[in-house]
Amino acid sequence: MDIRKSMLYVFIALLPSALWGVFVFGLMALVVLVLSVAAAVATEYVLARITREDNTVNDLSAAVTGLLIGMNMPPHVPLYIPIIASIFAIIVVKWTFGGLGCNWMNPALGGRVFVFFSFTSAMSSFTLPRGAVDAASSATPLSAVKTLLSNGTAYTSASEMSGFSVLDAFIGNVPGCIGEVSALLLIAGGLFLIYTKVITWHIPVSFIGSFAVLTWLFSDLRCGQGFCIPMGDLLMALFSGGLMLGAFFMATDWVTTPTTPVGMIVFGIGCGFFTFLIRYFGSLPEGVSLAIILMNVATPTIERYIKPKKFGYVKPVKAPKEAKA
Amino acid sequence: MSRISTFKRGGVHPADKKFLAKDSPIERLPIPEELIVSMSQHLGAPATCLKKKGDTVVKGEKIGTAASFISAEVHSPVSGKVTDVRKVRLPSGVVADALVIKTDPEQPEMYTERFDWQNLSTQELLAQIKEMGIVGMGGATFPAHVKFSTGGKPVEALVINGVECEPYLTADYRSMMERAEDTLEGIMILAKILNPKKTIIGIEHNKPDAIAHLEEIIAKKGYPIEVYDLKMKYPQGDEKQLLVATIGKEIPSGKLPLDVGGVVCNIGTAYAVFEAIVLHKPLFERVMTVTGEAITTPKNILAPIGTKASELIAYCGGFNTEEVDKLVSGGPMMGFAFADEDTPTCKGSSGLLALKAEPLTKGVCVSCGKCVAHCPIGLMPNRMFRNITNANYQAAMDLGLMDCKECGCCAFICPAHLPLVQGFKLGKKLGRKKK
Repeated sequence: MDIRKSMLYVFIALLPSALWGVFVFGLMALVVLVLSVAAAVATEYVLARITREDNTVNDLSAAVTGLLIGMNMPPHVPLYIPIIASIFAIIVVKWTFGGLGCNWMNPALGGRVFVFFSFTSAMSSFTLPRGAVDAASSATPLSAVKTLLSNGTAYTSASEMSGFSVLDAFIGNVPGCIGEVSALLLIAGGLFLIYTKVITWHIPVSFIGSFAVLTWLFSDLRCGQGFCIPMGDLLMALFSGGLMLGAFFMATDWVTTPTTPVGMIVFGIGCGFFTFLIRYFGSLPEGVSLAIILMNVATPTIERYIKPKKFGYVKPVKAPKEAKA
Repeated sequence: MSRISTFKRGGVHPADKKFLAKDSPIERLPIPEELIVSMSQHLGAPATCLKKKGDTVVKGEKIGTAASFISAEVHSPVSGKVTDVRKVRLPSGVVADALVIKTDPEQPEMYTERFDWQNLSTQELLAQIKEMGIVGMGGATFPAHVKFSTGGKPVEALVINGVECEPYLTADYRSMMERAEDTLEGIMILAKILNPKKTIIGIEHNKPDAIAHLEEIIAKKGYPIEVYDLKMKYPQGDEKQLLVATIGKEIPSGKLPLDVGGVVCNIGTAYAVFEAIVLHKPLFERVMTVTGEAITTPKNILAPIGTKASELIAYCGGFNTEEVDKLVSGGPMMGFAFADEDTPTCKGSSGLLALKAEPLTKGVCVSCGKCVAHCPIGLMPNRMFRNITNANYQAAMDLGLMDCKECGCCAFICPAHLPLVQGFKLGKKLGRKKK
């Protein structure tokens, strides 16, 4: 097992969901994906030539970053946007800090968030799955519910308000970014990565688990601008948005996450917590990318203070306090 | 009586590769014309040399004496003449004084008489073990008489290490199959010295015939020894992991096995104890496995200490390829690579490997955390290595660098193939100096 092989496995694990996105959203999605990967790989190659480093394109990390960026794009996004995102991710997020292994923020997420805030309306326009010849625009389930609530509509159920069922969300028959819609294929890819020992179960389980617990605990409460989901809609919350893509593929990025099992669980819980906060209290419909970036920032601290319990660890006995004279 | 058990934390599963040599019965190497016997055959201070150039030596004669408390005697494996006293570089990197002995064509037949030991006291047994230069044969070469002087501390368990968890090596396995009765007698001698509550032999699961064979003889002789069938996992044979698997105790940092009531002894050392007490024979020869993909006929060889690597390789048919990438003394995980084919063997040389090259793509640390997950001691190799690379030796020491056993699990599993163990060896040296 080396870095290249692990990156290859990640790429393979992402493909089913990416191809599903092409299937339901049309060939433009494929163009977006190809451009994202090409832009990322080309940028990496040029930087390696300029700085005279060994050809780092071979370790496939740029290709994976490119694919993740592509999968985070709406299917009919103007083509300059994924290109800008990929170039930003490789140059600014990865190489200015020293290249592979030195970045502190997930490059794909950094690129995505950069273009999201720079081109918000383009990044928020989605299309219906298997759209008609003229792809009609539609809102993702999450944003549909949020918009209705902020308009004063009473909350009934996420499925009713958005017009999509839980099954739609699970299989991927909902509007959304190219690679984030099919929870089924993303979970399958994630399990493949756990089986091949590229990632461990700690982060996906603690991320999804803590988010689920928080959503379930605070169900039936109205909170701020956001909404809280009755217990029956928990699955809808889990399968909507970028949670599955984030939990299995972004939050498990090696470079920007802790290396100890306990640290990983703390990281996952933090991601779940912030996703919950942003989704239900924030004005944005989606919280996963920002939540993960926030926890990336916390990773060095987690690494410093959470260490594995050493072999033969003996609890130090506190010396009794001396009696003051 | 056997059950499968193992240690819980960390460990890796390298390919076994024992098929190369395991069916080769022990062969005695024809006495070489020249031996280079180093004074540093053990942990601790090198022995003080008793001979000089031009002296004659007799087989079994003491040629070096213990220089301090932690030191051991060294004996000549052959009758012959000392032609030179010079420095030799051993595979571990240590440079030590050595006697170059030209062997006589005729060697005396010795050590055939058996002596009784049942009536000897613990002191007498330990004195004989010291006199015969017995050291740990697992590779660490700790002077045995020091290890077995328990100073009155109670011994819960005497654990005999028949695990041989290093890939490629089969010397202990062949010894268990061919010299079982004498080895078991050696174990009983140790049991007499240490008076343990339990005596256990730990053998890895990949040696079922050895387990069965030993159990058969133990039953026949009625010895109070239990054989534990241990799961195949590296480093099962390390004393810390072995004690967890057999008696369930973890040795804290900085402490010894005796502090948790255990004494661990390699099965080859037990045989050497037998030879010392029953045959009054000093330790001057041992079984080693000469193996590897680049060796024509891998074998298990009984060779005198001081044999040059080139002699062993020639005896096994030489190399079968031009591209021999590495010569390793010991096993592939913790052994030492060396370049000079005339490097001599020592008491701790359990194996000689000739390995072919395998292309590896080196990378940078990507914080995957596999090293942390597989470290049997619960250290953080990624953080320690990063600190050492940045010359922050004190920070690495604070992370527990001195507890690193250099077992190689982290380096084995690292996807970037970083030289972690080499870094830790350097860090330990420089970290200690800075104080």
